[in-house]
Amino acid sequence: MVSLLRNRGWLIGFIAAGVLFPFVLPNAYFLHILTLAFIWMIAVYGLNLLAGYTGYLSLAHAGFFAVGAYGLGLLTVKTGMNYWIALLLACVITSALGLVVGLVSLRTREHFFAIYTLCVGYIIYLIIDKWDSLTGGVRGLIGIPEPSNIGPISFQTPISQYYLIFAFLLLTILIMYRIVHSLTGRTFIAIRNSEDLARTLGISTMKNKLMVFVLTAFFAGLAGALYASFIRFIGPDIGYITIIFDLLTYLLVGGIGTLAGPIVGTFLIVALSQSLQFLQDYRMLIFGPLLTLLIIFYPRGIVGAYHDWRLKRKDAQRTRPQKEQEYFETEEETEKQVKEG
Amino acid sequence: MLMETKKLTKRFGGLTAVNDVDFTIEKGKINAIIGPNGAGKSTFFNLLSGTYIPSEGQVFYKGQDITKRPPDKIARLGVARTFQTNHLFEESTVLDNVIVGHRLRTSSNLWDAVFRTRRFKFEEKKCRDKAMEVLDFVELTHVMDEPAGSITQEEKKRVAFALALATDPEVVFLDEPTAGINPGETEGLASLMEKMVQRGITVCLIEHKMKMIMKLADKIMVLNYGEKIAEGTSEEIMNNQAVIEAYLGGGASA
Ligand SMILES: Nc1ncnc2c1ncn2[C@@H]1O[C@H](COP(=O)(O)OP(=O)(O)OP(=O)(O)O)[C@@H](O)[C@H]1O
Ligand SMILES: [Mg+2]
Repeated sequence: MVSLLRNRGWLIGFIAAGVLFPFVLPNAYFLHILTLAFIWMIAVYGLNLLAGYTGYLSLAHAGFFAVGAYGLGLLTVKTGMNYWIALLLACVITSALGLVVGLVSLRTREHFFAIYTLCVGYIIYLIIDKWDSLTGGVRGLIGIPEPSNIGPISFQTPISQYYLIFAFLLLTILIMYRIVHSLTGRTFIAIRNSEDLARTLGISTMKNKLMVFVLTAFFAGLAGALYASFIRFIGPDIGYITIIFDLLTYLLVGGIGTLAGPIVGTFLIVALSQSLQFLQDYRMLIFGPLLTLLIIFYPRGIVGAYHDWRLKRKDAQRTRPQKEQEYFETEEETEKQVKEG
Repeated sequence: MLMETKKLTKRFGGLTAVNDVDFTIEKGKINAIIGPNGAGKSTFFNLLSGTYIPSEGQVFYKGQDITKRPPDKIARLGVARTFQTNHLFEESTVLDNVIVGHRLRTSSNLWDAVFRTRRFKFEEKKCRDKAMEVLDFVELTHVMDEPAGSITQEEKKRVAFALALATDPEVVFLDEPTAGINPGETEGLASLMEKMVQRGITVCLIEHKMKMIMKLADKIMVLNYGEKIAEGTSEEIMNNQAVIEAYLGGGASA
């Protein structure tokens, strides 16, 4: 954690901003929007590990998000289970589903994979929508409890929920950072780069891809479960296709395969669509072309573009940094390179 | 004898790319495979490294039947290879490209990564050290921190060698390692191959550059339309009637 803070200015800034925000701008509406954005960020981080670092674009993740949400909702509402156990179980259920879906879908590649997972996501949506007796169908599921107290800490107020979800987001980032900067992360990136080469380097690609898939399903499930207990009402539309396209937009705008991308992209788009709310659905007329241009000119999003720019500037200055000796400093270099990847 | 194929055959639909090939790879030698374009050389490599599963026949490694094993398992036995086209990750540095090459000799997992265990630290360093060692071996220490996309064609070939060597192989398969580079650089790569053999690594290569092969190889097999038409030392091959005809008839540049 210390090295994480030492290396990434953006992260320190983000943590500080996140902690201070409720004091600086004590506005219930903003707090609500920001908490929601944190939830999306968790899901986008999960998606990023798979699509950005391993090279498999999954469109099933809105489905996993919904499974996490309904998992938590049903367990707490229908069985009265303790919130924290239900949260854990919801994530486990989503991961297990991810394992099953991954076992089949990961035998396909590229657009076949995307199409297959899109279908899986849609089927999950349909099941939630039609299975009236369990999920309540289109009427949705109401009365989902907020997180129960941990000792003296309660989560009744919006501000405490805000901090809780912020903590989950930071934990997610820490885990992602550590995965990406490890041999395990390098293994994923090798698979993204060339699966044939990875295999001849002795990497069991199926095992690794499955691991990532389960992991990303876990984070989608976590985000979904947090969503359920934050909004406290869920309907089948949280599993609808539009959600996955929202998540993808956040990821692409921020920067696919970068660690800061999910934060940047999600925050930017959420803020933008809030401020353009008066345009209603016509917002898409602005977003669509903007997104297209961004992907054409900056395929690795805003963060990717920033890295390229910094690299060019550094190249121009021709400053060669001193060779590192200490471990954590080498890690910093790795970070730079992986990000560029 | 390190590896052996028996009646190895690979068909793609109606096309027989490799047909009934018996071949042995001698330990500690430079074994070469030559033949006109489309003769089935790369396919033969893909069968040995597990990338393709043979239609018929068997592959043995140190007497062990490895015919149906997946490529990652075969790699762990000590079989490494390079590809005809380069698969380097251009945006990443040379060093970073090579570090993952030693991954198969490590066992740290997701848990180690997230909790930064002692094994994690040990193995991260082990892979980095290995990468430095093989980069030194292929004489690329000076471009170690450059993006792989910015180095010369010849240097890229060397990175591919380094990546293969990082797996701690006993045998290395090199698919046209000197394609597309100039004669001076070709000599450099040839001496690198000799250096590998001196290190005790068996080399098996595909080449079109006859002069180089004749000088370098201890043993040559000639493929034509998927079939082995000759096998022997350079002298035997040069004087072999079938080979001369295949090359003249096929119109391939020798
Ligand atoms: N995956 C595949 N599917 C179908 N046909 C294939 C496949 N791989 C190779 N072939 C065919 O098998 C034959 C042998 O191909 P191969 O690549 O082994 O030739 P080669 O000797 O390596 O040629 P070159 O010198 O041009 O590299 C060719 O006719 C090729 O078109
Ligand atoms: Mg070939």
